[in-house]
Amino acid sequence: MSTAPVYGLLAEFDAPEELVAAGERAYADGYRRLDAYTPFPVHGLAEAIGFRTNRLPLLVLIAGIVGAGAGFFSQYYAAVIDYPLNVGGRPLNSWPAFIPITFEVTILAAAATAVLGMLALNGLPQPYHPVFNAPRFALATRDRFFLCIEATDPRFDSEATRKFLEGLGAKEVTDVEP
Amino acid sequence: MATHPETGPGMPSTPIVTPGYTYASVTDKISVIVLSGTTPLSWFAGFLIAFGLLQALLLGIGWTVVFGLGTWGINIPVGWGFAIVNFVWWIGIGHAGTLISAILLLLRQQWRTSINRFAEAMTLFAVSCAGLFPLLHMGRPWFGYWMFPYPSTMAIWPQTRSPLVWDVFAVSTYATVSLLFWYVGLIPDLATLRDRAKARALKIGYGMLALGWRGSAQHWHRYETAYLLLAGLATPLVLSVHTVVSFDFATSLVPGWHTTIFPPYFVAGAIYSGFAMVLTLTIPIRWLYRLDDFITMRHLRNMANVMLATGLMVAYGYLMEIFFAWYSGNPFEMFMMLNRMTGPYGPFYWALICCNILVPQLLWSERVKANVPLLFLIALVVNVGMWLERFVIVITSLHRDFLPSAWGMYYPTWVDWAIFVGSIGLFLTMLFLFIRVLPMISIFEMRTILPSPKPRPAAAPGAGPAGD
Repeated sequence: MSTAPVYGLLAEFDAPEELVAAGERAYADGYRRLDAYTPFPVHGLAEAIGFRTNRLPLLVLIAGIVGAGAGFFSQYYAAVIDYPLNVGGRPLNSWPAFIPITFEVTILAAAATAVLGMLALNGLPQPYHPVFNAPRFALATRDRFFLCIEATDPRFDSEATRKFLEGLGAKEVTDVEP
Repeated sequence: MATHPETGPGMPSTPIVTPGYTYASVTDKISVIVLSGTTPLSWFAGFLIAFGLLQALLLGIGWTVVFGLGTWGINIPVGWGFAIVNFVWWIGIGHAGTLISAILLLLRQQWRTSINRFAEAMTLFAVSCAGLFPLLHMGRPWFGYWMFPYPSTMAIWPQTRSPLVWDVFAVSTYATVSLLFWYVGLIPDLATLRDRAKARALKIGYGMLALGWRGSAQHWHRYETAYLLLAGLATPLVLSVHTVVSFDFATSLVPGWHTTIFPPYFVAGAIYSGFAMVLTLTIPIRWLYRLDDFITMRHLRNMANVMLATGLMVAYGYLMEIFFAWYSGNPFEMFMMLNRMTGPYGPFYWALICCNILVPQLLWSERVKANVPLLFLIALVVNVGMWLERFVIVITSLHRDFLPSAWGMYYPTWVDWAIFVGSIGLFLTMLFLFIRVLPMISIFEMRTILPSPKPRPAAAPGAGPAGD
């Protein structure tokens, strides 16, 4: 165990394929509190480090249904209950004419939830995160691929984990200040 | 013209990005345009012209607000003048951006990557310009919020059976969703700018906008889900918006408007004019910023092909309008079509046929599609043609409808022109500011279409990063 507390160990890779392979091996080795950082979405990476649940589609579906209901029934309320207008004896609940706005409100609610839900589930906006303390981490938004094993992982041991990451072919392994 | 289909410029065999770029060089080349301390002189020249035109908008709106709608050319019978023409023109232009960003994403057209950011920005600015016109046309724009349903002391609700109210919802939803889509696409690139910026103020500014994005694999996973869902939602939305715009006309009983072909014909026209505008803007910018490596001849050729295809759909629409005017047996419809072709606004009709149907037929030729200045010229002609189309639809149907005693003429005033020209100034001003402060090409999506520096030998096809 090192003396100074750390957030975790950050390993740097050159190519997305190397990172996916490293992530798979770290997960297979029993590490669970780990995350990978890439400059663009790499398919299979989230699954490789054990991230499988994604509640976003369900949230968007619910928002869409709620939006549709709100869109339709607010029109129903205005046209049938609160301000009924007799136009030549036509039915007050002229539902086909309510469909365009129902549709638009559905899309609006679902799209807003897709964006806000994505940000909320990701914990963004997040002004501070320890991983930014790593000097080379700025390259994670350019051309480098990082794997971080966090110190809270039960299997984390600064010496053994460092050796393990170096064994995965990492270019460089650095401590991340908390 | 007789080039072999595999070898001509911009053919599908040519790569989307000129080979030789890496993740790093693509990042630097795009971000340096924004982060560099020196602004090209051509940018200042363009911005000054755009900003000058914007002053016409200020004058036009000021005049309208102070002296009222009487300063416009509208009258009875022509109650819908330039305002509606320009509204439909601008909103149509916006549609290409959503088509590129959403529909081409769902269709896995990777070439969209280098133009989607720019096209989405264009959508956003075009919709802002479009929104101005109905607002000003109301006469008292400061009561614009009356169009939205809210519990008011007037104890009355907007009539949601009216297509004009549908329009309020369609356009405001479209503007909101376009903004969200655009911003979500920007977040990873804002993080890149934050990490690449040298000046502290820029670091803080881009850092706040990037919301603390760090490229975590879990974040990307949800991000991609959100992006795909947004694309799936924006696709029916964009079709609905111009459909609703066409309902403004089609649900009326005015000859020439009361037709079922309007929704598909309006949507095709919107995409047609939008791609023309994307080409009009991309060609000079690609040249000024030397982006030929990212926006290649293949992009220009593909956009020209979309323009040709949608142009033919629009031509079919024109043909069907003539056919149904005759087939309906309705004397008012027949007169409307005859008046449209030979009446006082006849020259506009023939100019529109020339701009929208005849000239774009040049695009069948591969040599024309490979000739960038000519392509630019054709795109400009289509822009003009699509504006004329809306002018002809709005004005010729209204000015001579049923009773000759109610006929009239429509002449735009200088205020109409000032607001129209000024809206072009607003559009260009926002565009110039956008290309100066934000990356005009999506950097992270460009990285996804580059080959990996170290491909795993045993990697199965499709195991690498993909842009979709």
